[in-house]
Amino acid sequence: MVHVEFTLNGRRVEVDVEPNEILLDTLRYRLGVKSVKRGCERGECGTCTVLVDGDPIYSCMVLTVQVDGHRVDTVEGLWEDELFKKLVYSFVEKGAIQCGYCTPGFLVTAYALLKKRRDISRDDILKALEGNLCRCTGYKKIVEAILDTINK
Amino acid sequence: MFYNIPRFSYHKPSNLDEALELLDRLGDAKIIAGGTDLLIDLRIGRYSPRNIIDINRVKELKYIVDEGEYIRIGALTRLQEIIESKVIKEKIPLLHEAVYQMASWQIRSRGTIGGNLCNASPAADTAPPLLVLEAKLKLVSIDGERIVDIRDFFKGPRETVLRHNELLKEIIVPVYHGYGYSYLKLGRRNSFTLSIVSVATMVRVEDGVFSDVRIALGSVAPTPVRAHSVEKYLKDRGVSMEVIREGVELVVNDISPITDVRASAEYRRSMSIVLTYDSIVTSLKRIGIEVGGG
Repeated sequence: MVHVEFTLNGRRVEVDVEPNEILLDTLRYRLGVKSVKRGCERGECGTCTVLVDGDPIYSCMVLTVQVDGHRVDTVEGLWEDELFKKLVYSFVEKGAIQCGYCTPGFLVTAYALLKKRRDISRDDILKALEGNLCRCTGYKKIVEAILDTINK
Repeated sequence: MFYNIPRFSYHKPSNLDEALELLDRLGDAKIIAGGTDLLIDLRIGRYSPRNIIDINRVKELKYIVDEGEYIRIGALTRLQEIIESKVIKEKIPLLHEAVYQMASWQIRSRGTIGGNLCNASPAADTAPPLLVLEAKLKLVSIDGERIVDIRDFFKGPRETVLRHNELLKEIIVPVYHGYGYSYLKLGRRNSFTLSIVSVATMVRVEDGVFSDVRIALGSVAPTPVRAHSVEKYLKDRGVSMEVIREGVELVVNDISPITDVRASAEYRRSMSIVLTYDSIVTSLKRIGIEVGGG
């Protein structure tokens, strides 16, 4: 086991993990962070997206030992943020959620985009969301929800 | 908890000397940088190293330095940092264009340019542009440094000239002026699937004649390759649609595609011709020359 310390949703956490443990499993099984979903587990679907030091990454594609000393944010913690709340309400109002399995990943990626820049176009949104798959909505409403957040 | 990545010993050196010492001493080891290729390879059992050396704390491998006539890029530079770099966008726009089309934001936030090259996938997106840019790679071990041309770096699928105790330290990319360029790729969808074929092109034209043509393709041979037959045919010929059409047919002499889950060899051959044509035409457009036709 390797002792790892990192900041999770603003709080310092310490956890002993196996070197071959991925962040996705540590978050779900050791730390109870259930917004982070298991999907393809090969870096394609995006439902396990979290922020590491503000950048969106796939938690299935990073070892937990690699986030030692870093900052990890998920929906649970981002919910404290006003911009994130606006984004969530827009998703609800625009019907950008159907089955909901992909939603945490989309919210996290979209939040990272809005944090970076606010002068974004529909194309910027599509580019940023390339790494998140949704099989229900056809993306249209997700993009509308993000545009709506900017205009609010 | 279920682990589908085999067990290994984990090492996290805090500087380059420590990393090189570990690499030399441990023998059976793999380096992890971004990990976006390696974790998949570990899951499917392509590699099962006893040791993993995590170089993410080796910050001295992370930089983009503008030296005027050339740019030095540290191997640990993330793909997203390459896209966001003003220096790269202005001085090596071809590399910017290729990395911009790579993978997804999540993968680019982790994956590194060094990892993309050292993993040596025939489909590595940074390889064709660096091949036509004629980049040099600085390799380092406890025995010292050496520089190799990128054209000599790849030996086969997942094989490079890196010795067991060597690490890619830096990519040195010359800056060019007056060239048209383009990177095109054909995949089964836009983002992050491996390409069926990709083409990087650089062209220079003087008095209506091709004075320099450089073309490299990915995913159509055991390693990324230069299309020397096409380059040789076009060089010193006048620029016209007919000449380009004749030239690109020769690309089949430079490639040796295979049939796999993504496409058949025959389709890859046909698409290599089409994409090479498009890539040359797009490059010419960028220096104000229209030859038309698609």
